[in-house]
Amino acid sequence: MKIIVCVKQVPDAKDVRLDPVTNTLAREGVQSIMNPYDQHALEEAVRLKEKHSGEVVVVTMGPPQAEEMLRQAISFGADRVVLVSDRSFAGADTWATSYTLEQAVKKIGNFDLILCGKQAIDGDTAQVGPGLATRLGIPYLTCIQKVREATETGLMVERMMDDGYDVVAVNYPALLTVVKDINEPRVPSLKGKMKAKKAEIIRMSAEDIGADPACIGLPGSPTKVVKVFPPEARGGRSVLTGTLDEQLDQLVEKLIPFL
Amino acid sequence: MLKVSKELCIGCGICEENCPFGAIKIDDGLAVVGETCTLCGACVESCAVEALELETQTKQVLEDLTAWTGILVFCEYRHGDLAPVSLELLGVGRRLADKRGVQLSALLLGHQTGETASLLIGHGADVVYLADHEALEEFRDDCYSQISTEVIRKYQPEIVLAGATAIGRSFIPGVATALNAGLTADCTKLEIREEDGALLQTRPAFGGNIMATIVCESTRPQMATVRPKVMKQLEFDDSRKGKIIEIEPTEQQMQSRVQVLESVVADAGRVNIQEADILVSGGRGLESAKGFELIRELAETMGAKVSASRAVVDAGWIPYPHQVGQTGKTVAPKLYIACGISGAVQHVAGMQSAETIVAINRDENASIFDVADYGIVGDLYEIIPKLIRKIEERR
Repeated sequence: MKIIVCVKQVPDAKDVRLDPVTNTLAREGVQSIMNPYDQHALEEAVRLKEKHSGEVVVVTMGPPQAEEMLRQAISFGADRVVLVSDRSFAGADTWATSYTLEQAVKKIGNFDLILCGKQAIDGDTAQVGPGLATRLGIPYLTCIQKVREATETGLMVERMMDDGYDVVAVNYPALLTVVKDINEPRVPSLKGKMKAKKAEIIRMSAEDIGADPACIGLPGSPTKVVKVFPPEARGGRSVLTGTLDEQLDQLVEKLIPFL
Repeated sequence: MLKVSKELCIGCGICEENCPFGAIKIDDGLAVVGETCTLCGACVESCAVEALELETQTKQVLEDLTAWTGILVFCEYRHGDLAPVSLELLGVGRRLADKRGVQLSALLLGHQTGETASLLIGHGADVVYLADHEALEEFRDDCYSQISTEVIRKYQPEIVLAGATAIGRSFIPGVATALNAGLTADCTKLEIREEDGALLQTRPAFGGNIMATIVCESTRPQMATVRPKVMKQLEFDDSRKGKIIEIEPTEQQMQSRVQVLESVVADAGRVNIQEADILVSGGRGLESAKGFELIRELAETMGAKVSASRAVVDAGWIPYPHQVGQTGKTVAPKLYIACGISGAVQHVAGMQSAETIVAINRDENASIFDVADYGIVGDLYEIIPKLIRKIEERR
């Protein structure tokens, strides 16, 4: 089984703040991590490989520092890692990103399955997986919470829906985006970590993947960010005072109209 | 690319201060651009000596943007029910259509949809494109995508809206990619830009820590998904007139490369916290799953439903359909009572539209108090039982 896993290096979003006065992202102490959903995708890929034999290739479109994350991927069980990196990719939205990954995947060659995390925790769009599959002309399923069965020809999976889940069958080649419920990622072994240190990073530039300059980076992005600002503070903070009993009486007064 | 003019740059550092990404620094009296530059242009605007320039080849502008007019709303129908977000989208769609002076249409795909198309007209649609077919009983991405893409190509709406539901977030990105259109996910605000009539799409990023406004200047349609419970639906008006245009999907459009073997509606899936007027919500401050017994008691006393923060759902104390927040559901109840919830941005993003917020937390510095209308600092295991008793006394 040849499985490609798309991963993204992201700032640990829960720590990112926009300073309301300077309007700048406070980046000190914010770590760069492998997008958590992608971590689950990689784990699932490695499990499938271990069960059915094959190869896991991890690919990322990112800046040079993403190499660190790719080495981590090796320690988690990836066989080959590809860094698709170029200044001209900067500012890419999901359309340009899925185009770039499409070109890279074509260079990587034939595959049975592509696994992605449901969404990146910085962009939060969940659009790249579906976009990539659409460009490659393969079927895709999002929010996979379980792979029930994997055979020579295809998969049976559970995909989350708003009211429960659907059990769906699909043949290879296909793309899945996964949610965290799907598995518990492993802790890398010492052997994995040593392998990661010495691993070769395959690098691809815009030219290497034959990218059309009009389709990548900011120029290739149909969506443009025109404004960035901190979320509105709701205001109206009011902590009740007095003895607990008094506070509760005040609160009950406020709540009665709702009952 | 971001270009720094060596001749004009005076190394004052204003750009460094203004960069939201820390991507430009003064080195040896000259501005130097780093790897994290996203070409947002904030520095260019801030430079007093015009030493910075954003050189981009703009994407080829679609020949005739004016050929694309009208607003199209995708209305979701599943297992015999219309997703409420569809009506909310018709509400915002109507406002945008009136602003633009164009038609509002709805696309309804499903099976045995009954009177739903008429309902959509009563809620604001001028036209409903209806594909009611057995093949559309179960949701399959490729069928929905193919039919939607063709409708959009044929009728050329300038704006397409869909709910940011499991279904919307799944197939709409495929449609956008196929149409080479820009798509913005999870919009919380939609407005028309005065100068050119373009759609201004505002949404959270970085888990809700930042808001961004986005525009698709040179591509059509401008597409957006919108979270449920963010927009308001219009009152049903049965005097509204509209047209229903039936669409017959082709053989090819009804074929799918996936097979839905079974549709499992979880019992917990029947929990719909989004429709509750009052929510009593529990967080990590409960300290154990047992804490939800107390939450349920308070909820029952108030005729409310129970919801939760992500932390306790992850811990397995209560199932996912109860989760409120960035990765859970967005709720806008009349009253939201947060018990033992710290108020992380990602949680607040899911409940800040509640009319009234009450917070109970033992930590007086908890951020939840910043959004609460009324807060009580203390031990919820002491407070809630007393609260329940006092409410019952009042009855």
